[in-house]
Amino acid sequence: MQIAEGVQLVTFAILSILLVGAALGVVLFANIVYSAFLLGGVFISMAGIYILLNADFVSAAQILVYVGAVNVLILFAIMLVNKREDFKPLKNGWIRQGSTAVVCGGLFALLSAVSIVTPWSISTVSPLASSVVPIAKHFFTDFLLPFELASILLLMSMVGAIILARRDFLPDNLGATSTQDSLTLPERPRELAGK
Amino acid sequence: MNSGIDLQGTFVQSLSDFGISTELAKILWMPFPMLLMLIGATVGVLVNVWLERKISAAVQQRIGPEFAGPLGVLQPVADGLKLVFKEDILPAKADPFLFTMGPILVVMPVFLSYLIVPFGQNLVITNINTGIFLWIALSSIVPIGLLMAGYASNNKYSLIGGLRAAAQSISYEIPLALSVLAIVLMSNSLSTIDIVEQQSGYGILSWNVWRQPIGFVIFWISALAECERLPFDLPEAEEELVAGYQTEYSGMKFALFYVGSYVNLVLSALMVAILYLGGWSSPIPIELLSNLAGVDPTSSWLQVVGASLGIAMTILKAYFLVFLAILTRWTVPRVRIDQLLNLGWKFLLPIALANLLITAALKLAFPTAFGG
Repeated sequence: MQIAEGVQLVTFAILSILLVGAALGVVLFANIVYSAFLLGGVFISMAGIYILLNADFVSAAQILVYVGAVNVLILFAIMLVNKREDFKPLKNGWIRQGSTAVVCGGLFALLSAVSIVTPWSISTVSPLASSVVPIAKHFFTDFLLPFELASILLLMSMVGAIILARRDFLPDNLGATSTQDSLTLPERPRELAGK
Repeated sequence: MNSGIDLQGTFVQSLSDFGISTELAKILWMPFPMLLMLIGATVGVLVNVWLERKISAAVQQRIGPEFAGPLGVLQPVADGLKLVFKEDILPAKADPFLFTMGPILVVMPVFLSYLIVPFGQNLVITNINTGIFLWIALSSIVPIGLLMAGYASNNKYSLIGGLRAAAQSISYEIPLALSVLAIVLMSNSLSTIDIVEQQSGYGILSWNVWRQPIGFVIFWISALAECERLPFDLPEAEEELVAGYQTEYSGMKFALFYVGSYVNLVLSALMVAILYLGGWSSPIPIELLSNLAGVDPTSSWLQVVGASLGIAMTILKAYFLVFLAILTRWTVPRVRIDQLLNLGWKFLLPIALANLLITAALKLAFPTAFGG
């Protein structure tokens, strides 16, 4: 089993370097589009690490949800807004950057100390052939409540998004509608469903 | 039952007999399927380009390519060579890194998806348990490449084309995944091998297309939209957007987009063949024929015949669907962007959901017919 273990080690090293590099890039790049694309790289590297941990379903779901949906939506938002603005360099900006670096470095040191000191119990059970069935069993037995709560949360956010997206603003006669209640946004009268 | 031809097992066994360790033999085996996959996909593209030219010519009562090789079969090779020799142009003020990464990100997931396409019981590169789910996940990476290409080109047509492509592929992924889910419900597995096995009992009668007619239509429409084929080729609508996200591309980078779209078309056709048309199983089951002829089903020559018949059947079914797609392209006009999104969100999505619910209900009611 030496070759297999060697391949695993090399793959893990490559994936970790990619993951850490891409994550640093997300934070440090000044160009937000680069950050968004590198975020996709972070998610894909994480999917690779999941595969190394024999969690094939989780890794495919990671790619589907985070790369295919979340990252694409972030990119959409960035590209549709497309605001070109030159930021003025702040006076004493290095203080903020320096303190951020110190806080992040401290957190990193703390977490790595914890993870080195903790005696992790490593499972010796051979990996399951298919992880789909155990995941589904957990979803419908002991993790039923969190699962349903998450779906209700998603439903609520979806309804909210639809309401926000369906609102038609009237930007041209904003002054004429000042007699309205101050809490309601100026809207075009909506057609009733089914006309 | 005998599992048929196992090329990898035979290869590893024969190398081990020479005194090479099993581990090393497995590693030595690995390049062969990868190379075969690349060559197969590329040849598939060449065939596809030739078919597209010939069928479009027939639809428009022309002759089509004729002089490059017999019946013009070398025309796609000539096209490819032309693209290889073209100058690689980088537009002014474009982002060079993202401009190069875009086409690569579009092509790689499509080629990777060939990992899970089975041509026989053991004629698949990897039989992983998340097979069909992996394909859906991989195909969701493509929009990022399209957005990248559209953004990096520094061209408004490219950007609009990239945004349209991403919007289109994320909207049609949902009905696609839901119709796949109905199939998965019936086969109790995500693996492509199991899905084909489940519909191989009674030849043509047991294909999923009879039990999932609505799912079949939804899947095919969504697959065409995912491949950006007409009537859904809005991202590159030439009358409105010049060529969409590929406007600024030339040479091999353009060729990557071109190859990617055709490989994706063949892949979608293969997926329809696997999910709905019985994959490698022939219309009349080969076991039945061998029983009638009184041939021992484990004899080696029958295994070889069966494997070649399986490959031929898969490719035949896939290219029949490619033929349908090409015919659609040259018959149907393009839809508008609002029609496209209405069709996806207001028509296909509810019907796909209803189809999934009906399949689940039928599975509970008739477990024998709908995979209990």
